[in-house]
Amino acid sequence: MPTLTYRDALNQALREEMARDPDVFLMGEEVGVYQGAYKVSRGLLEEFGPTRVVDTPITELGFAGVGVGAAMVGLRPIIEFMTWNFALLAIDQIVNSAAKMRYMSNGQVGVPIVFRGPAGAALQLGAQHSQSFEAMYAHIPGLKVVMPATPADAKGLLKSAIRDDDPIVFMEGEMLYNTKGEVPDGEHLVPIGVADIKRAGNQVSLFCYSKTVSLALKAAEQLDAEGISAEVIDLRTIRPLDLETVFGSVSRTHRAVIVEEGWPFAGAGAQLVDEIQRGVFDELDAPILRVTGADVPMPYNKHLEKAAKVSPEKVVLAVKRVLYLE
Amino acid sequence: MATAKTARKADTRLAERYRALLRQMQLIRRFEEKAGEAYSLGKIGGFCHLYIGQEAVAVGCLSQLRPDDYITATYREHGHALARGLTPRAVMAELFGKATGCSGGKGGSMHLFDASRGFLGGHGIVGGHIPLTAGIGFAIKYREQDQVSVCFFGEAAINNGAFHEALNMAGIWKLPCIFICENNRYGMGTALDRATATWNISERAASYDMAREVVDGQDLLEVMAAMERAVVRARRPAAPTLLEIRTYRFVGHSMSDPIHGHYRTKEEVEAHRKRDPIILWGDRLKADGLIDDAGIEALDAEVKAAVLDAFEFAEQSPDPEPEALWDHVYAPTGEASGIRRQASPAALPPTPDA
Repeated sequence: MPTLTYRDALNQALREEMARDPDVFLMGEEVGVYQGAYKVSRGLLEEFGPTRVVDTPITELGFAGVGVGAAMVGLRPIIEFMTWNFALLAIDQIVNSAAKMRYMSNGQVGVPIVFRGPAGAALQLGAQHSQSFEAMYAHIPGLKVVMPATPADAKGLLKSAIRDDDPIVFMEGEMLYNTKGEVPDGEHLVPIGVADIKRAGNQVSLFCYSKTVSLALKAAEQLDAEGISAEVIDLRTIRPLDLETVFGSVSRTHRAVIVEEGWPFAGAGAQLVDEIQRGVFDELDAPILRVTGADVPMPYNKHLEKAAKVSPEKVVLAVKRVLYLE
Repeated sequence: MATAKTARKADTRLAERYRALLRQMQLIRRFEEKAGEAYSLGKIGGFCHLYIGQEAVAVGCLSQLRPDDYITATYREHGHALARGLTPRAVMAELFGKATGCSGGKGGSMHLFDASRGFLGGHGIVGGHIPLTAGIGFAIKYREQDQVSVCFFGEAAINNGAFHEALNMAGIWKLPCIFICENNRYGMGTALDRATATWNISERAASYDMAREVVDGQDLLEVMAAMERAVVRARRPAAPTLLEIRTYRFVGHSMSDPIHGHYRTKEEVEAHRKRDPIILWGDRLKADGLIDDAGIEALDAEVKAAVLDAFEFAEQSPDPEPEALWDHVYAPTGEASGIRRQASPAALPPTPDA
């Protein structure tokens, strides 16, 4: 199986889906001539031409709405946000137009669209460029929120998202673009709403997604060296949540730690805690803990930034607490 | 001789068409009056924004479209829906929130839809649907088709980012869009000159390299003529137009707003009422000998009956089934996994003593 970067896996998904379906097009800032701010769309303009790879002015609200309008009459737009931080300007179109058009119209008008771009903190980009908004979008009925952690999942989930008939919030890890992994050639589809056990274990369940999967795996290795067996579950999609896999894991390990980049208050992990306590309360041997980003805007200073971010060490500590070892 | 005959036939057809437009405007007027009455009786909930006074805009503009063209509108869209051919029954039932409404009772007054007629929604966020119209225009051009994408919005939307962003892209990409600004002078209670630095709205088209016209919205023929020109520009090869159609709302912003009071005087409203688009059009048809007073009365009786029928239909129609609450949140393929039915007590685990 070929080894690709996460970036090239996404590029491959875009290329394959655009070749497969003439209704699929890519629109956003710098996606064409510039080849993508993060080079995810490299080569697509040359291959598919300017009708299908469309550079826009810097008007997130406007081009998100253009995408929704095009989807309402049957095209399958992929709207790239240079980062999800900028999508805040477009949130009216994502929430008020895309998410509820099908419902308001009693099923007459669907919006098969993918909004995608990098999310989460990179390195020292400061408060306005280092944010995780998955909980905000996952809050909205009508949206699905997809957050792949590996190159193979990035490809398989993006292809599924493009073929999905509902609006998808597809969040790519900004720090994951250069990571490498084996990616199946051609028709590789990962279903939306199915979690993946990235590492099996039996003493504690680590629930994570996107960038936090690699942190959880590192933590699991450290724990393994100390004789603690952690199961790492990559949720892959925040909405819908794969509760079957989540409950199955908790029923085996009886302890859970959730690792998320975003802020703690009403974060995605809070929803998971609610589901677990309601679904498998009797299986729990300890309160569920969450490792989250600090409840502050992201500081620029690198030491402060490190303190604000989740890390394998913080995960190890949380695991020891749920095992009552600390 | 044959040519004279043909001309007479064409005249007859035109006369019929003109009378049909009068009927359509009168239908909207009577429909809205009935909706206002139903609202007062508590049969219509939520917000309800009536179109009385502006009828010539929707009727004139939509008379120029083909069945396969697309329309989006604001939350003051009952008139546009009726002018597009949605039945009074389907619209009234939607206002009543009934299962037989054009949006199954789940949209309401502000969210009327009929995809089969290209009527893609009343939208509730000021300006929010303008980019959608550009997107529909983008899709038409993408598929190399020749429909047009038409958007109705009020003059209060023109200071909104969505307006600028959408018109700019329509200008860059030469989209087959017609942006129709129904300038009724007030954004809710704020007069145009209190909200807009340059109040000549149509001039904004210059920023987007777009054709523009200022139109008297109380004059049906003028509206039709301007729209006809805009449609010609929009069909292939496509070019967008901004129409500023000056009109006036004879009623309050919504049912809770009195006709006059804080922000406009009785005298102002009365002065505008003298240019009632329906009376103006009726007078013109009478002057041309295309209808007489008896004809107008008969037409009015006919639309009143249609509206009464719609009212009764709406009243007698069933509410949506309780299960409809959960329908259409996601596409059928996604229903099972997408929705969190936690609001339903049945989804909660049994209590310990249950």
